[in-house]
This record gives sequence, C-alpha cells and structure tokens, in this order.
Amino acid sequence: MDIKLWTLHLLKVLFPPQVLLPDIVAIDIGLTVATIVIGAYLTKTRKWGWLWHEWLTTVDHKKIGIMYLIAALIMLFRGGVDALMIRSQLIAPNAHFMGAQQYDEVFTTHGTVMIFFMAMPMIFALFNATIPLMIGARDVAFPRLNAISFWLFAFGAILLNISFSIGGSPSAGWMSYPPYSELLYNPGVGENYFLLSLQIAGIGTIATGINFLVTILRMRAPGMSLSKMPIFVWASLITSSLVLFAFPPLTVALGLTMLDRVFGASFFTLGHQGMPMMYVNLFWIFGHPEVYILVMPAFGVFSEVVPTFSRKALFGYEAMVGSLLAISFLSYGTWVHHFFEMGAGPTVNVFFGLSTMLIAIPTGVKMFNWIFTMWGGRIRLTVPMLWQLAFIPTFVVGGATGIMLAAVPGDYQYHNSYFLIAHFHNVILGGTVFGVLSGMYYWWPKMFGWNLNQRQGTWAFALFVGGFWLTFMPQYFLGFEGMTRRMATYPAGLGWTALNVWSTVGAFVMGAGFVVMVYNILWSRMHPDWDTTGDPWDGRTLEWSLPSPAPEYNFARIPVVRSRDEWWSMKQEGRTDEVKTSEATVRPIHMPRNTPMPIMLAAAFFVGAIGLIFGWFWMAILGGVGVVAALAYGSFADYSEIEIDAKKVLKTEAQLGRVES
Amino acid sequence: MSPKRRIWLSGSLVALFGVLAAGCGSDYVVFHPAGPVAQSELNLIVLSTIIVGVVIVLIWVLWAYVVWRFRDTPDNKAPYWPNWNHHPLLEVFVFVFAIGALVVVAIPTVHKTYVLDRIPARHPLVIDVTSLDYKWLFQYPKQHIATVNYFYMPTNHPVLFELTARSPLSAFWAPNLGGMEYAMPNRVLPLWLEATRTGVFRGRNANFTGIDFWRMTFMVHAVPNPVFSRWVSHVQAKRHPMTRAAWLRLLRPTVTPPLQYSSYPSWTFPQRPTEFTVKGLQYVPTKKP
Ligand code: HEM
Ligand SMILES: [Cu+2]
Repeated sequence: MDIKLWTLHLLKVLFPPQVLLPDIVAIDIGLTVATIVIGAYLTKTRKWGWLWHEWLTTVDHKKIGIMYLIAALIMLFRGGVDALMIRSQLIAPNAHFMGAQQYDEVFTTHGTVMIFFMAMPMIFALFNATIPLMIGARDVAFPRLNAISFWLFAFGAILLNISFSIGGSPSAGWMSYPPYSELLYNPGVGENYFLLSLQIAGIGTIATGINFLVTILRMRAPGMSLSKMPIFVWASLITSSLVLFAFPPLTVALGLTMLDRVFGASFFTLGHQGMPMMYVNLFWIFGHPEVYILVMPAFGVFSEVVPTFSRKALFGYEAMVGSLLAISFLSYGTWVHHFFEMGAGPTVNVFFGLSTMLIAIPTGVKMFNWIFTMWGGRIRLTVPMLWQLAFIPTFVVGGATGIMLAAVPGDYQYHNSYFLIAHFHNVILGGTVFGVLSGMYYWWPKMFGWNLNQRQGTWAFALFVGGFWLTFMPQYFLGFEGMTRRMATYPAGLGWTALNVWSTVGAFVMGAGFVVMVYNILWSRMHPDWDTTGDPWDGRTLEWSLPSPAPEYNFARIPVVRSRDEWWSMKQEGRTDEVKTSEATVRPIHMPRNTPMPIMLAAAFFVGAIGLIFGWFWMAILGGVGVVAALAYGSFADYSEIEIDAKKVLKTEAQLGRVES
Repeated sequence: MSPKRRIWLSGSLVALFGVLAAGCGSDYVVFHPAGPVAQSELNLIVLSTIIVGVVIVLIWVLWAYVVWRFRDTPDNKAPYWPNWNHHPLLEVFVFVFAIGALVVVAIPTVHKTYVLDRIPARHPLVIDVTSLDYKWLFQYPKQHIATVNYFYMPTNHPVLFELTARSPLSAFWAPNLGGMEYAMPNRVLPLWLEATRTGVFRGRNANFTGIDFWRMTFMVHAVPNPVFSRWVSHVQAKRHPMTRAAWLRLLRPTVTPPLQYSSYPSWTFPQRPTEFTVKGLQYVPTKKP
C-alpha cells in the first residue's frame, strides 16, 4: 500500500500537468522511438565499441570539436523550433496556439538554449577544430580537461533539454531575475533545472577558457611570437580570458539562487532581508562580457575569412588586436546599461551610458578595417565569404541601435520593448551566428576532409539572411508601437498585427534556410567533394599546410614560423617543403591516451544535479560521491602516453605525400 | 538611368515613404509624445537615429562599392595590392570619425539624463503606484483616493510617481508620457511625467512577472485641472473605502477591471521616505533608519 502511494507521488512529481500537454507527449513518444531505433542500429551494426573508443572516450581536440559542432547544430534546431513556436503564437492577436504558461517556458528555453547551448558550443567547436592547427601544436594544453569540458557541457545540455518532458521547464526567462525565480513565485522544479544545467555547463566553460588560454600562451610553434599569431587566435585568447573573469559571477549568482531554492537560504529572496538587486548586478557583470564572449570569436573568424577570400593581407593588424583588447577591457565596465531604469541615479547612468558608447569606437575601427582589407584585393564569393559580406551591413545596424540604447533617456523608451529584442538579435545573429556559420563553412573541409556543396550553401545563406532581415527589422518598429518583450499574446487594435505577421513570415524563411543547410550537409556527406590538397581555399595560415583532415598528431614536423601569414609566405617564397618530414628528421610522437573518466565525471554531476533538482538528497550525495570517485579514478589511472613510433609516422606521412625524398 | 535601376529607385522610395507614413500613425506611441518628458526623449531618439543613420549609410555605401569594385573577375581593372595593410592617416581618420559621431550623441545624453532627473515643480501631484499580481494600484496620498488599472492626472502639472511592487519586479511604462521605471518590491523609486495635452493613454507592465503579465495594462486619463478636481471629489464621495478585505483581494494573483476607492489604509504603501526624498528640485537618497 505504501509503495503504491509512493509511486503515485513520484509519478506526480515527474509528470506534473504542464508536461502532459498533447504536443509534449507526442514529442516524448517520437524521441523514445528515435532512441530505440538508434540503439538497435548501433547494436545490429556492432558499433557500440566504435562509439566508445573513437568518440565517447576520446581526448583528441579535433574529434571533440566535431562533437561540439554536432551538439550545437542539434541545439540550434531545438532553439529554432522554440523560436518558430513563439513566432507562430504572435502572428495574430489573441492567439492561443499555446497557453501562457507554455509560452513562458518556450521563450525561456529558447533564450537559454541559444546562448548557452548553441552559441557557446559552436564557438568551442571552432576553437577545438582549429586553434592547435593554427598555432602549430599537437593538441591543447590539457587534453583530458578538454574532454571533461565537453562532457560537462553535453550533460548540462541534456539536463535542460529533458526538463520539458520530466518535471517541467523553467519559465523565468533566460535572465531569471529574482524574486520571480524564488520558490514563492516559482514553485516546481523547472527553475532548478535552469540553475543546475547552467552551473554544470559553466564549470566546463571555465575549464575551456583556462585550457585555451594556456594552449595559446604556451604551445605556439617556435617563431610564432604574439604579434605573429593569426587574429582568430588572438580573438580566442581574449575570449578565453573574458570567460575566466566573467563566468565566476554567474556561478555565484546561480549557486546562491540554488541555495535559496533548495536549502531555504535568503540571499535574493524578498523575505529575510534578501537582496534581489544583487542578483541583477551579478548576472549582468557576467552578462555583458558574455555578449562579447559570443561575438569576439566571430570577429576572429572574419579576420581570417576576409584576407583569404580577398587574397590580401589583413588591414591594420595592430589596430585589430588593440581593439579586441580594448573591447574586452571596456566590456567589464558597462553592465548597468541593462538596467538604467532601476533607480541608480543620473550620475551612475551617465557613466555607464558613456562607457557603453566607448565600446562602439573599437568596434567601428574593426568594421572599417575589414572593408579596407577588401580594398585592393580580389573578392571571391564563396559561402564563408558571403556570410562575412552579410555580416558587415547587418552588424553595423545592430551596433548602431546599441548606441541608441546607450543614450540613456532613449533607453527609457526602448528598454524591454521589441526594440531591445531587435537590437540583440541583430548583433547576436548578424555577428555571432553569421560568424560561426562562416567559420563552419570555412573550416569544414579541414575538419572532415570533404567540402560542402557551395551552391546549396549559397541557397541556405540567402534564405537565412533574407529571413533574418524580414524577421527583425519590423521588431524595431514594434518597439516604437509600445510592444514589450515576453507577451504571451496581444489584443487587436493596437496596430501591432501587420508587423508581427512580417516578422513571423521572416522567421519561417530563416527556418527554411536552416533546413537547406542541414540538407546541404547531408547531401555533401553522400556526394563528398574530397579535399585532397589540404588547402582548398588557397589559405594563409598554418592549418592549411596540413592534410584534411589532419592526422591524429597534427604536425609530424613542427613548423618554424617566420611571418604572420606563414603558409601564404611559404607558398610565395617556395618554402612549402618545410612542412614535409624525411627519414632523417622524423621522431616518435607522444599522444595522450583515451580515457572514460571525463564522461563518468560528467555523468556523476548529472546524477547529483537530478538529486538537487528534485530535492532527493540521497541522490545528490550519491552524485557527489560519484564525482569524487571519478576524480580519484582519474588521478590513479594509467596516464602513460601512447607512443606513435617514427616508422608509423613516416608511413602515415608517406601516404599523405608529405615525405621528402 | 536604366529602366531597371529606375524601378529599383522608385521602389525603394515608396518603401521609405511607407515606413515614414507608418511612423506617423498614432499607433507609434513613442513618436506621439503627450508631454515634455516623452518629447525630450523623442528628440534624443531622433538625433541619435540621424547620427547612427549617417554612419550606417556610410558603411553600406563603402561596403557596396568595395565589393563591386574589387570582385574577382578576370577582366576587373581595379588595382590589386596584395600587401597593402597599413595607412596611418586612414586609421587615425576612422578613429577620429567614430569619436566625433559619438560625442554628438553623448553630449545631449548627459544633459538630458540630468534634466529628466529633476522634477520642474516644487509641489507636484504625487501618485503612489504599486504593482500587484496582475494589476496596477494607484494611490493619491494628498487626495486619499485609490484606483486600480487607471488613473486621472491634470494636464500641465508635473506628476511624481512613487513606484513600488508587491509582486515580482515590474516596469511602469506609459510611452506617450515618457519612458519607464521599474517598480521594485521593498523599494520606492521616483519617476516624474507630465501631460501637456488631454487624452487617454495606454500604459503597461514592461517586465515579465508571470503568466498574466501581458494583461497588466492601465489607462492614463490626462484631463484639465477642473475636470480632475471634479473626478477626485466624485470618487471621494461616491465610492467605498478600501477595507482590509478589499486589500487582501487585490493581493490575489488575478486580473481585475478598473476599480476606485474613496480612501485606503496608509499601511498599504511603504512608509515614505524609505529610499529617497524630494528635496528642492532633486531626488536625494536618504540614509536607511
Ligand atoms: C556597439 C556595440 C553595442 C552597444 C553599444 C550595445 C548596447 C546595448 C545596451 C545599452 C543594451 C541594454 C538595453 C536595455 O536593456 O534596455 C544592450 C542589450 C543587449 N545587447 Fe547590446 N550593445 C552592443 C553590442 C552587442 C553585441 C555585440 C551583442 C552580442 C553579440 C549584444 C547583445 C546584447 C544582448 C543579448 C542584450 C539584451 C539582453 C536581454 O535583456 O535579454 N550587444 N546592448
Ligand atoms: Cu550589455
């Protein structure tokens, strides 16, 4: 009898009414079937071992990069579906395609997924895929930590993504301000999912920041002084340092909110002298640098793509580096612009308004430098270059509206309206997303060994960019019409309908662009256009001196760097034989060994998080013990490196035609 | 001009006028200020739009020119300078240009931020605003009346709103009158607005507070002073006082129609001055007791 009651109670906790909506149940069934089919396929083709040895336990940065990329594309799909649900609801006044509760869950998930589980891993995919190759290194500084970062991110993402079918989604927005996120207003487990999933992924993110900071500072090829690093490497270095200083405030904010919710503390509560305002400050001390964490790698990608496809050196290298440094420095001093309306007083508001405007100066310098880089070049309209060409006119609008938002009294009218929504989509899509997609198309042949079909890629590009403009330009005007963000629906008669219709149509065009892009990838996989040269774009930096994909150890012979665009100089000066090995110079190579520890560690975190989310403390403790056990196992396991002997290296290189006779 | 270009040009002109005409529609509340605060904010919006508009157009034109001129076709006669990567004068010019554009926006920004923080009257009408789940409560401490989801204010008379919340963080926004300010629990924040023309204006909560947040709107009736006085006496004479029970009903998370009360218990609004006082023309923070 007791057992029966207990089971009933458990079922109620796991499946509250909000997860039993028909559409959610249908998705649950679909996902279950898909999992069974994939599992059966892996069993039938005996691929479990392959999956485990080649991927799940790998510490190879190239494979980790590919896993990040796939995960990010899946998350882009998830966040995109959420976006289309939001836009469908808003296409007409008084629409009730979703209830308000579900709408709130959907916009919360959309924002959280897009920023933390799409944009961030997309960036890390590019870091992993390229940084060691660009600086002439055989791996990152801490390969095992790199795998830990990935698995923490992956389990964090899984955690957030199961919330809608088990226990209920968070619904307090991606900023999750208290007191709304307090237990008092927000009972249920949804908010706990938000806190724990970001916390776990955040640990991984900080570790990635440290990893690439050390990799770039310590592992560059001989001769590559800081002033000879490609700009993408500079951008990654600076992004990593931003991560290192920006994520801890988020960790604190999430951690204290969790203590409030799970253990009855009152850091940010209304009662017991809690200080909700402190959360708002902590969140944006993280949040503003975060937007630059998102966009700087894109700046880096463009600084590689423009010279390559203009066949010309980057204009103003020093100014480019200087402005990246200036942006990263200034970005810590602007956070209050997210809440000019919270009564800080005119002096504080003016200070932060002006500091925000200052950021536009280095950003503007960069825009002009990319244009001057094309000046006097020869512009090839490949897909990566198209994304960058769309970026310039798009991002300049986003930056410009940013300046309008920084004009404090103007912001009193724009804040929390659709004008703000348009601004940040303008910069995040026009900057970050165009940037990572440009980078994806650019480095795809290096990652996979085959190129993506350019004609289909152009279609995907055209639909996506056209859809983008159609979606977000009307939203600026909706802001002037007084429409605020996060409205589950709106009444007729306010004049909002027409612009909302355009915006929704645009969103579906963008969705079509995404579908074409996925088709592009699958089609090109089945009709591969092999990259046999390793240098399909006539590139300038070291990664293009390697075969595609690079062998496990990247460089059989570590190059000695003499100039900024080293591979370009080698080609110009006829020194390309410098990348080849010979029987005389070949040495055995030591590579780190695969290990199951990272995935075990992340799984333990996952179990512990579930315990905290549902308040099952025995399970939280079990997870904690698991974490300690995984770390202990990691400390005592056999980490002697694998040696790839010289003969084998020589053989591999000979097959790739890279041995000097 | 080729016919094709002419079509393009006239097409874009029509589109431009379309947008401008749309901008003049009264639905564009931000463009239709009904008082000095909204007007002053609109002026800054227009100025900053023009400045950033110039920058946008400049970059677009430069971009289009470069992409066309230096396209990679065999018969392109434009010069090819593979190693041109510095031009000190140009780099300095870009820097100075960016700073110049920003200074033009920055100066009025600073000026207006300070000006809008000072209420231009020694004795404004005070309205205490409380955001509740999911309704707005307006209390007139001098007149002792209270309303829900709508209020009257006299024209040509600055009004000081003292904002607080008994709900999650909300934002008070009546775009025709001026920009928003948060209504925060445990705090009282000031905002002044003024109507210089009569009319009924819509306001809403601009910060997400829960499932019915999007229904949290209110109506502002800006009326001539005599009408305002008559309305006040009417409410004082003809309506019931707010009882404890009525207050508790208001605290429930519901959406309500407009309501009026002839008086209200003083403890329903936080003791003033908790966070600020109006001293002379400026808000001065007070020390916590
Ligand atoms: C010239 C550069 C920029 C300036 C001057 C600027 C200025 C601003 C200001 C003042 C706000 C606050 C507005 C408000 O809450 O009322 C804001 C919001 C925002 N900006 Fe920017 N911005 C710039 C670039 C960027 C970039 C590059 C990104 C991201 C890639 C970005 C992402 C965001 C986001 C996500 C928000 C709002 C978040 C939210 O409330 O949910 N901005 N920006
Ligand atoms: Cu910001």
